[in-house]
Amino acid sequence: MSNTHQELITFDNVSKFYGEVLGVNRVSLSITPGITSLVGPNGAGKTTLMNLMTGLLKPTQGTITVLGVPAERPEDFCRNVGYCSQFDSFPKGLTGYDFIYFYLRVRGCLDGEARQLTLKALEGVNMMDAASRRVAGYSKGMRQRIKLAQALSHQPSVLVLDEPLNGLDPMARAEVIDLFQKLGRQGLHVIISSHILHEVDRISDRVVLLSNGYVVAEGDIHDVRGEMEEHPLQILVRCDRPSQVASRVFQLDHVVEVKLQADGRGLLVKTRNPDQFYLLLNRVVVEDNLSVEAVTPADDDVNSVYQYLIGKNGA
Amino acid sequence: MSVLEKYPESADEESMTNLEWNLWLRQIVAIGRLEIRKALRGRRMIGVYFLALAPVFLLSVRAMRPLHSSELNNPGMVSIIYAGLFQLFMLRFAIFFGCVGIFSNLFRGEVLEKTLHYYLLTPVRREVLVVGKYLSGLAAAILLFGGSTLATFILLYLPSGSQVFQDYVVRGPGLRQMGAYVGVSVLACIGYGAVFLLIGLFFRNPMVPAAIVLGWESINFLLPPLLQKISVIHYLQSLCPVAIPAGPFAVLVEPTSAWISVPGVLLMTTAVLFLATIKIQRLEITYSTD
Repeated sequence: MSNTHQELITFDNVSKFYGEVLGVNRVSLSITPGITSLVGPNGAGKTTLMNLMTGLLKPTQGTITVLGVPAERPEDFCRNVGYCSQFDSFPKGLTGYDFIYFYLRVRGCLDGEARQLTLKALEGVNMMDAASRRVAGYSKGMRQRIKLAQALSHQPSVLVLDEPLNGLDPMARAEVIDLFQKLGRQGLHVIISSHILHEVDRISDRVVLLSNGYVVAEGDIHDVRGEMEEHPLQILVRCDRPSQVASRVFQLDHVVEVKLQADGRGLLVKTRNPDQFYLLLNRVVVEDNLSVEAVTPADDDVNSVYQYLIGKNGA
Repeated sequence: MSVLEKYPESADEESMTNLEWNLWLRQIVAIGRLEIRKALRGRRMIGVYFLALAPVFLLSVRAMRPLHSSELNNPGMVSIIYAGLFQLFMLRFAIFFGCVGIFSNLFRGEVLEKTLHYYLLTPVRREVLVVGKYLSGLAAAILLFGGSTLATFILLYLPSGSQVFQDYVVRGPGLRQMGAYVGVSVLACIGYGAVFLLIGLFFRNPMVPAAIVLGWESINFLLPPLLQKISVIHYLQSLCPVAIPAGPFAVLVEPTSAWISVPGVLLMTTAVLFLATIKIQRLEITYSTD
């Protein structure tokens, strides 16, 4: 299904330089609703891209629109956008409640509406109990959650989250991920940058991989992996007679490597044509009456794609 | 209308303009409330409180001690003493540095504390943000230094006795002088406030340009007449009801009339705030380089 310009976040040939230093270069992207993760090593340009997307930075070249609104008009642009930035800083002397309430008032909310939205945002991140305490006394995880609540408080259509899982304990992390998934299902644009690749993999509808200020890949992670022909796909097959499967798959031209697993209950196949491999496997299962426990791609996750495209040096 | 949507589609041009003005007004009030709440608990305000309250404290102590000097019982002499106190201490020192403390930190302080992005992520016109912050600073400055001027004036005449106070301050020229001094304090806050807000937007360390402004304002009386008029202090002194001796090296210049001084300071303030709005339109959040 194609999305109209009003439903997309678009970067059209966007570059950002800090003096001589490159932030991002010639980025062209169209981000559809759902959860999009920005992945890349430190200095890859993730935060720059997020700051450009939220209007905190202006591009040196190119144009950015969020749901059809250009970033040059903050009074319209910021209506749609909520940003939980990486800055762990808060205005002095405010309680958690004040922190959300006062910025809602600055947005132009009337008192009753601001109160209602504040309470809703606090409930959304389970911070009601600590709402009347000063933010300065919060733990790292609580500060992260109150920032998230503030970013969500005006019910934006675009939620940009820079390392939102930092400082959260496993329980809070699971709750927050559930919240992101819920928002993504509701049709919001949820843009996340995170170093925690297995969690990115779990929650993302698509990824944008960045390295040294360039977008090196974008899209559904399986599609991105499928296009990396120089790296054959690894498929793990857990079954009762792996050596029998190995002898059959070796006959295929596109299979470049087969490794039997030490426990004798599985094999790892590297193939350049996974579809052909799956067809053969089906035949083997039927013809040889094979008992198959699991068939899973072993390297079409974000972590593997990241390693292939950006390499360990980037991590 | 909820703030989550912008304007009702049915709104005509006139009602949209009204809605915009209402929104901007609400936003200015909200910015003011937030700024005052932050300022009340900010350490940066301690110095400002000291500047405003120190003369009040000293004159309170003096007022509690019996007065023997016949000169100080002469209200005419007291008015000259107050003119000196006001022009040399209040205007050139307390209000000047108070405005440095309040206004230069309105934006610079938020950059240093890495909190300015919270404002820039709200759908507030940048001009409205400048006006909101300026007015909140102005309210604080007027409250502190207008109040300090009022209090010091009363405290200086208080030891002269109730009869002198009644005759000179209440029924005589004192009340008009007091009004003029408070007015000059307010105008000083307006003028210096705008200048230091702009300096806080342009410079990483506002103290250096503030020192240059202070130097210019301090040597003002030595400058040729034309250059004397390119300063805030010249217009403020012109409005003071009692002149003080200028000293042997001063270049004497006719005071500028109130009809020019007041609109002149207000015009300069408008121009400076206009520059601030241009600067903030281009402002980006790059805390690490700031």
